[in-house]
Amino acid sequence: MDFESYDVLVVGGGLAGLRAAIAAVEANPRVKVGMVSKVYPMRSHTVSAEGGAAAVMSADDSYDTHAFDTIKGSDYLADQDVVEAFTREAPVEIIQMEHWGCPWSRNPDGTIAVRPFGGMTTWRTCFAADKTGFHMLHTVFQTSLKYPQITRHDEAFVTKLLVEDSRCVGVVALDIRTGRFDAITARSVILATGGLGRVYAFTTNGNICTGDGMALAYRAGVGLKDMEMVQFHPTGLPFTGILITEAVRGEGGYLLNSEGERFLKRYVPNKMELGPRDIISRAMVTEFEEGRGFEGPHGKYMHLDVRHLGEKVIDRKLPFMRELGREFVGIDIVTDPIPVRPVQHYMMGGVDADISGETPILGLYAAGECANVGLNGGNRLGSNSLSECLVFGAAAGRAAAHYASSAKPVTANPVDAMLWDEARRVEAEYLEKKGGVERIGPIREEMQLEMDAGAGVFRTKESLSRLARNLGGLRERFEKVKVDDSSRTFNTEITAALELDFMLEVASSITFSALAREESRGAHARRDFPERNDAKFLKHTLAFHTNTLAPRLEYRDVKITTLKPQARTY
Amino acid sequence: MPDKTITIRATRYDPEKDEKPRLQSYDVPFYDESMVVLDALNHIKSHVDGSLSYRWSCRMGICGSCGMMVNGMPKLTCNAFLRDYWPRPIVVEPLNNFPVIRDLVIDMDDFMHKLKSIKPWIIRKQEIPLGAREHRQTNEQIDDFRQFSECINCMLCYAACPVYGLNSEFLGPAATALARRYNLDSRDQGLKERLPVIGGAEGIWECSFVGECSVVCPKGVDPAKAIQQTKLDTTMRFVLPYGNRD
Repeated sequence: MDFESYDVLVVGGGLAGLRAAIAAVEANPRVKVGMVSKVYPMRSHTVSAEGGAAAVMSADDSYDTHAFDTIKGSDYLADQDVVEAFTREAPVEIIQMEHWGCPWSRNPDGTIAVRPFGGMTTWRTCFAADKTGFHMLHTVFQTSLKYPQITRHDEAFVTKLLVEDSRCVGVVALDIRTGRFDAITARSVILATGGLGRVYAFTTNGNICTGDGMALAYRAGVGLKDMEMVQFHPTGLPFTGILITEAVRGEGGYLLNSEGERFLKRYVPNKMELGPRDIISRAMVTEFEEGRGFEGPHGKYMHLDVRHLGEKVIDRKLPFMRELGREFVGIDIVTDPIPVRPVQHYMMGGVDADISGETPILGLYAAGECANVGLNGGNRLGSNSLSECLVFGAAAGRAAAHYASSAKPVTANPVDAMLWDEARRVEAEYLEKKGGVERIGPIREEMQLEMDAGAGVFRTKESLSRLARNLGGLRERFEKVKVDDSSRTFNTEITAALELDFMLEVASSITFSALAREESRGAHARRDFPERNDAKFLKHTLAFHTNTLAPRLEYRDVKITTLKPQARTY
Repeated sequence: MPDKTITIRATRYDPEKDEKPRLQSYDVPFYDESMVVLDALNHIKSHVDGSLSYRWSCRMGICGSCGMMVNGMPKLTCNAFLRDYWPRPIVVEPLNNFPVIRDLVIDMDDFMHKLKSIKPWIIRKQEIPLGAREHRQTNEQIDDFRQFSECINCMLCYAACPVYGLNSEFLGPAATALARRYNLDSRDQGLKERLPVIGGAEGIWECSFVGECSVVCPKGVDPAKAIQQTKLDTTMRFVLPYGNRD
């Protein structure tokens, strides 16, 4: 068992984590940074982001408008001070990415181009064709290679946070290749582990998006904030759930129902295809229910039509969409409409963190999708999340580096004992357990279908209560899980078990948070409480881990600076 | 009528137990024409044999994790459709030319070192301050390097490269393409720093220009072209100044 020590340890190698690592080093070049990720950084799910990154880039745009759009988009659940800071920092980060080599698409004069996006009143989404996340991730990963202060632990799975005297002093990580457990200690730890889409069956998220960082923090006693706020993107490909970017609508694509009608005129008449994601997803489900969806082998769908844009625009602005259509659906989007339906895409909720990424545990920070710093509230606007990863990744990196420079060093003694205990726990629960009868795969699949059914685009008390009961049953079955694989070498069944354990945790935090929010706000649409209730629920939900399935819930006021909640119509 | 199935013969190898790799057969239900080889592997892992190890994540051809040999060809398994193989069995093996860690999982440390060695970041004599905003760059200037920036590091080109198969010191297709990506970027001034690596003994000169790398690339990158262009660059450097960036 090895013992590595850093000033700043970043968990997760996606856009937020890499940005945090570089920011920590640039804030203090003497800082020793570790990065532990369960995959090589370029496999992180940032890679799948397509449409763009929002920032105020032109003279006719303003921070106030970006803030207003974001706050309205959040259904007034965003913390307004956080949003204001975000809008000011986002353009700086876009320029920083440009200096690092990001191939942003350009205007004819060579400046960075912007495109329209849902819920944004003006064009402010910077993009690299329709592979923005891919290019940003590879740019920041490749740039990170020039910093000798950053040491990576690729393909190591964090199973537990080391917390001593209410201070986070590192992690226990399973080295996937060797099966060895290591204590990786650090004066500060930044969680940047991304989302949890894999708790749902139909999701755009990759296999690695299992809510690890959220579950780690939750178990360490940090609250998970607004976990009921799950984003469903309107346009996923049926069967695979592959994301068709909102930029398709930004560039002028139409959403059509089975009657060939641009049905959004009944829901968001002033915005049409550029309405916010929560409202458009609900509109699609409503149209399906009223019989105006297409019927296909993989359920109901709508048409997303870009044929009128022409081949030239499509190849310049949406080449990856053409590739995805051709390869995964067998259509050419130049001549065929794209079948789409709402799909789980993003988690607004996450680890309770403030504007600097600080969590209530000393030395523990969080950034990116795994965090909830208060930016997205009830509904994130498309293209705000890549910018969020940059702005709050950098903020967390700086804050962690600053804290680490004055924090006490980590002592080996208690850490050794904690490492031993954690290694024994995992071995006893999975590798050495006798008499297990349940397979991981079927439990995971049932959880995913239950989540789709119970905590989807629309929820009710009944759907959520049933979901809570069924998650309880799945947790009991999980206690009897059996692992076929006894090898220490690249044992992906152990990691799948650890991930399922985490997913069951975050799934119940979603369910109980949703059950308690008896109103409809943002992405949380309760059929039994269809109205927003500011008097009672203009508050963040905080879910705390308990010894039972149900978390202990607390509420915290939303930070309002200038914008009083208004009716949210588009 | 019995439901349609397809046979997957997958490499099994656990260095703790096995002397050498072997193929194991699994019959997998083939219930949807949209199914890919990765779906079949996932079925095996979830329902038949949890010990089968392989990497995957995005299942949309962009994360680069799931490259394997499929009937002898390097492929992204998320994008290799069962319907293209059925009713014949599909042999799934780890990518050629790499050490195997376990089952279908290869050791790609070598590439990670090579990637770093070509300095895949913007190098400038003098950085411009953030306050000076962006470098001006036209879409046409991006077109100069665009295809080389599309590399997803999936390693299919290394699995296809006969030279890398014989000599793992060879810098290889993806790393050369990425070096080219930066050398062609109008913002970059790092050619001179990269030349010792890409022009060195184990750099581009080893390439025998078979071009298999470009054939198997799932992203339309043409590493063979990058290598040929770089050869030219390296030669011409001694007689011509390089553009106006050097």
